[in-house]
Amino acid sequence: MIFLDNLINGLSLGSIYAIIALGYTMVYGIAKMLNFAHGDVIMVGAYVAFCGLQYWGLPPVVAILASMAICTVLGITIEGLAYRPLRQAASLAVLITAIGMSYLLQNVALMIWGANPKSFPPTFINSTTFRLGQLRVSSATVITILANIVIMVSLTLFTAKTKMGKAMRCVSEDRGAAELMGINVNRTISVTFAIGSALAAIAGVLLCSSYPILQPTTGSMPGIKAFTAAVFGGIGSIPGAMLGGVLLGVIEIFGKAYISTELGDAIVFAVLIVVLLVKPTGLLGKPVREKV
Amino acid sequence: MTKAKRNRLIYNIVTYALVIAAFLILQSMIANKTITRSLKGQLVPICCWIVMAVSLNLVIGISGELSLGHAGFMSIGAYTGAVVSGWLLNAFAVENTLLRLVLAIIAGGVMAGILGALIGIPVLRLRGDYLAIVTLAFGEIIRSLVNVLYIGVSDGRLRFSFLTKDMPEGTVMLVDGAKGAVKIKPISTFTVGFVLILITLFVVLNLINSRAGCAIKATRDNRIAAESMGIPVTKYKMIAFTTAAALAGMAGALYGLNSSTVVPTQFTFNQSINVLVFVVLGGLGNVLGSVISATLLTVLPEVLRAFSDYRMLAYAIVLILVMIFTNNPLIRSFVNRLFSPIKRLFRKNKQGGDIA
Repeated sequence: MIFLDNLINGLSLGSIYAIIALGYTMVYGIAKMLNFAHGDVIMVGAYVAFCGLQYWGLPPVVAILASMAICTVLGITIEGLAYRPLRQAASLAVLITAIGMSYLLQNVALMIWGANPKSFPPTFINSTTFRLGQLRVSSATVITILANIVIMVSLTLFTAKTKMGKAMRCVSEDRGAAELMGINVNRTISVTFAIGSALAAIAGVLLCSSYPILQPTTGSMPGIKAFTAAVFGGIGSIPGAMLGGVLLGVIEIFGKAYISTELGDAIVFAVLIVVLLVKPTGLLGKPVREKV
Repeated sequence: MTKAKRNRLIYNIVTYALVIAAFLILQSMIANKTITRSLKGQLVPICCWIVMAVSLNLVIGISGELSLGHAGFMSIGAYTGAVVSGWLLNAFAVENTLLRLVLAIIAGGVMAGILGALIGIPVLRLRGDYLAIVTLAFGEIIRSLVNVLYIGVSDGRLRFSFLTKDMPEGTVMLVDGAKGAVKIKPISTFTVGFVLILITLFVVLNLINSRAGCAIKATRDNRIAAESMGIPVTKYKMIAFTTAAALAGMAGALYGLNSSTVVPTQFTFNQSINVLVFVVLGGLGNVLGSVISATLLTVLPEVLRAFSDYRMLAYAIVLILVMIFTNNPLIRSFVNRLFSPIKRLFRKNKQGGDIA
């Protein structure tokens, strides 16, 4: 029973990591940059939803949609203002800019909402608990896992079938050639950021439904873990992000339950290192052949 | 003497001269008591951050590998330093603070160096972003492990325990789990910090200009070409990585012994990122740049303390703007055009000196 309990908790946490990791992996695959500010977009999304629920009295669905809309705009703005001028620059310069952006978001959030942790109000997401024999499953868990599956399927269909999805795959394959074929690279990258940020908003709400403490640094640790998950699964690959996220969540919960609570993070990262040493491009990553 | 050699010599002399001049000025300020209290408190941390920045620059700028776990080595150094110093005091009654400090710094460096070598063997097989994430992971693992580490000294013996605090009665705790290294006697001095900077500069600058340094730079510029010229790539990357780790450990020991407690949360991923920012703003591969940017960026938040709430905000905005202004091709060419009359003036003096 405890085993099943832990497994379900792990799947739920892993689903949150997976949704965040999707944002990382899509941006990495297409813009070839590590968007360190992604974790902080999650935090902004959660705060916006919090305001919608607590102060403006919006119904939960509207609050989540508003949070997604604001995060989408935020993502496009960040990309346009900070990352687009550096499209040709060295990847390290873009990385530092992303770090600067992360600090900026955290400090703006600190100014607007203060340093005191806010407790996220309960919504329909965590309203009930299902009982299956002795097993108790919170509705937040079920919704998180379902949301994860829905997002995963629709994103896969989106990249496989739609015109924009095809454009994304082209840009990720070869940006120069894509441009020559008449694909608007800047718009494609903007759309990628928009999708990633909207997903971040969802992730923020789900994260705070399961762990309802909200402060300006809420996003950073899940952000790092999700980034790890994206690398774990093979960065740039959508199923990889999903697999990596879920596995990471399960490993973390099992590590905490069976080995040591304090060492949960260490176990996660140790597994990551072992996987990368055996398979240096991650679980589902394609090996890139080197040409001389 | 070739021109390149002469330029290098001038660069090294300028670097040493600036550091020594800064030290002498600060020492005279301390003697005259014209130095502000807050700046005086910052002196040892500045030394530590300079050493951290220069050593990370060796990994990122010279060896071309992005490392995101440099603070992990610093924490190893800080803990080792605190334990060694406490052990010497409690078990051997070594009262001489300078001796304790020096031994602690050496121990911190050795410990971090050994760990750097152990980590480097598997890690340096990976490339690019994967290497970055693994160094990040190691930094986090180190932080988690020291969180559950207990070290105490009783009857002149060091006692270790892990996960649970399992110590006999009357043990003097040196490292107390999540509370960190406790009851440290602060013994770091600015002079020792200055000497450590000089040692770091000596090691790094000599390494860069040595035969090994050329091999490291060749590996950075084109790994395949370097490998086909018969350069053992992994060996040279290991040299750079281990040296940097050892230097970071020494900086950590100095940093740890500057305050009365060291807690694991001081050496998070964010701290590694801070050092990375020093290195990138100072210029990749530019040692003097690292020294200057580490100094300025350590002092800057203190100066901005008047704006207390806005200082980190200002820091973030400055960081983004500097990166955009120095890396955007349009803005760069604009700036170059602004300065080109001045540059032309200089070129005229040289009269056809070197046209690259």
